[in-house]
Amino acid sequence: MSSAPVEKVDVQPVNKKENRSLYVKRKKIHPKKATGTFRQLKWIIMGITLAIYYVTPWIRWDRPGGAPDQAVMIDLEHNRFYFFFIELWPQEVYYITGILIVAALSLFLVTSLFGRAWCGYSCPQTVWTDLFIFVERAIEGDRNARLRLDKAPMSFDKIRKRVSKHIIWLLIGLFTGGAWVFYFADAPTLLQDLVYFDARPIAYTTIAVLTATTYVFGGMMREQVCTYMCPWPRIQGAMIDEESLSVTYHEKRGEPRGPHKKDDSWEGRGHCIDCNQCVAVCPMGIDIRDGAQLECITCALCIDACDSVMEKIGLPKGLISYDTYTGQKTAEPIKKLNVRFIRPRTIAYAALLCVVGSIMLFTLLTRSELDVNVIRDRNPLFVQLSDGTIRNGYTVKILNKLHETRRYQIQVEGLETSNIWLQTEGPRNHDMIVRVPGDAVSAVKLFIAVDPEVMGDESSLDLDIVIKDIVTGKTDSQETTFKGPR
Amino acid sequence: MSKVEKDEVSGTETTGHEWDGIKELDTPMPRWWLWTFYATIIWSIGYWVVYPAWPMISDYTAGTFGYSSRSEVEQEIAEVEASRSEITDALVTADLSEVKNNEELYQFALAGGRSHFAVNCSQCHGSGAQGGPGFPNLNDDDWLWGGSVDAIYQTVKFGIRSDHEETRTGEMPAFLRDEILEKEQVLDVAEYVLSLSQEGRDGEAVARGQEIYANECAACHGENAKGSYELGAPNLTDAIWFYGGDKETIVRTIANGRANVMPAWTDRLDDSVVRQISLYVHSLGGGE
Repeated sequence: MSSAPVEKVDVQPVNKKENRSLYVKRKKIHPKKATGTFRQLKWIIMGITLAIYYVTPWIRWDRPGGAPDQAVMIDLEHNRFYFFFIELWPQEVYYITGILIVAALSLFLVTSLFGRAWCGYSCPQTVWTDLFIFVERAIEGDRNARLRLDKAPMSFDKIRKRVSKHIIWLLIGLFTGGAWVFYFADAPTLLQDLVYFDARPIAYTTIAVLTATTYVFGGMMREQVCTYMCPWPRIQGAMIDEESLSVTYHEKRGEPRGPHKKDDSWEGRGHCIDCNQCVAVCPMGIDIRDGAQLECITCALCIDACDSVMEKIGLPKGLISYDTYTGQKTAEPIKKLNVRFIRPRTIAYAALLCVVGSIMLFTLLTRSELDVNVIRDRNPLFVQLSDGTIRNGYTVKILNKLHETRRYQIQVEGLETSNIWLQTEGPRNHDMIVRVPGDAVSAVKLFIAVDPEVMGDESSLDLDIVIKDIVTGKTDSQETTFKGPR
Repeated sequence: MSKVEKDEVSGTETTGHEWDGIKELDTPMPRWWLWTFYATIIWSIGYWVVYPAWPMISDYTAGTFGYSSRSEVEQEIAEVEASRSEITDALVTADLSEVKNNEELYQFALAGGRSHFAVNCSQCHGSGAQGGPGFPNLNDDDWLWGGSVDAIYQTVKFGIRSDHEETRTGEMPAFLRDEILEKEQVLDVAEYVLSLSQEGRDGEAVARGQEIYANECAACHGENAKGSYELGAPNLTDAIWFYGGDKETIVRTIANGRANVMPAWTDRLDDSVVRQISLYVHSLGGGE
């Protein structure tokens, strides 16, 4: 078996403990291009995640009335959140809490199974940084060319490359921020407004801010965001155990490491030929052979780099591989991967996820399209009328979540009085019917007058205010009290 | 300059300050921090020029933009008023008793009336319009000058016994002080007035009082004591008392008379605001 000798890359891991001082300016990392299974997987996931991000606001969803025909939309102006068949009102924000719980549990589950898969593949910082590095590589060349360009004196060629790189970066940033605002307004209308400079200033401000942050985070700060700004590495560290998959260097097989000439014997030496390819491709600037590190986002590019080297020198792949710490400690130098996916921890996370998910789904499917809130007047608590009766005032808020106008009958239960009326109708009219437009809240003032003898010695009576849809007969009610002078 | 001392461990210069054997390192500030500091200095110079900044003896430097937060507020208020002018104009020309049927106009009037009431009326009538002795409760259904929205509008606009020429007036005479009635007679009338809403008062006194009432009081309060909106005479037969329903207070009222003043608001508030307040008061539940 013959192949080209593997070149040793002259590279220092920037984030190695010994090389890092708190007062030192950041050293630029120029990750080398990796090829292989994981790099391929990363391209695919990048494509999918970016597609979801850019396409989602353009999915249409037919809604009746004046509601927007957009599948996913956060309507801040009218306080509505639309997500396909789900339509949330401000008082239902607890669903957001539910979504956050589901998201957190999913992250726990994925992390306990596959380690920091989120960081390595689908975190926006990873995806956009990857995209920015791709642009950089396309314009300035791979690692060595970029290093040379950094050192080269200013020339027309250098300026041309730098300027075009930054322009493309800024364009990516612009499209990132530009896509974000479409989640907050009807996308086709907003696009037209944006192009003709008719959109509201907040839209342009949002785009400008997100363009700037994307450009700075993806182009300039890159791995520093993960290392210094992001809390996930710290939190995820607590989610990982001995059985979680992680990118690991197989020390038993690799050590002692050292340069290796073709056709030399492998007796008495490790399989790591110290070519530093794994360090050169690392976008986080670490040496995976130092063991598990906070900076490692488990993007697996070092696996690709090492595997291609192993292929060249005719050794089995997997010197650096996804493995568990248990597997690392106990296994033979060359071995089959053996992971226990079903463990108490993963079962617990999965069970919790099912419970929370089912509760969410159940409440969403049984969500009522009618809601009533009753607010009792407190100032004054009650009023004595000229005939000696005691009157209380209530504000009744009726929420009609349907998209057509509905009429509701207001009834009072638990209190013997015929003397109830609405503010607009007066005490001699007991029609008690309220018209509520579709997708809206109507507030009406309700008065109830009671003879003091009904009160007896009580200072307050309990009653229910019932709202009945005249057409469907559906009701909703709320308890409240009637206050008297005693 | 004293000699610069270097810290052995870190190699950094010290400031020369020492406390209990601990020396302060002269570590340079982070560069980003320093640049931010310089940027704020440059910013402040620009700010002095562009915005009002320096206090002078009787004035302040106006700044090249001519900006001031006061003029900005004035402009904003003018803008809000302009944006509301359509609806306030509609309110001024509307028939008040019909406003209820125009939902948009009515809701605007109630919301505006609520806040204008809080600013102008709550000092006397209370924040919930519940009133107090001498200040009518506007929530109940008992009215001195009428509880229709037009009557309320009239009262708010011109006031009661105010200095406006179109004000409503009506006076409760001081029957004892002005020597119209004797002390005993006053007590008897009070007893009769109480008997109109309470059972079991002193029968003889009531009979004497009734006669005096017919002569002296019925002209304003009416034969049946139900009062009069034209004269602002209260209904004496119901459960609600303006100054208090105990005998002592009623005696005092008859003896010394009453003449409280409600200011006229037409000179202080826009007609649209007076209308908003009237509609709000009417909506409190006692409006006729």
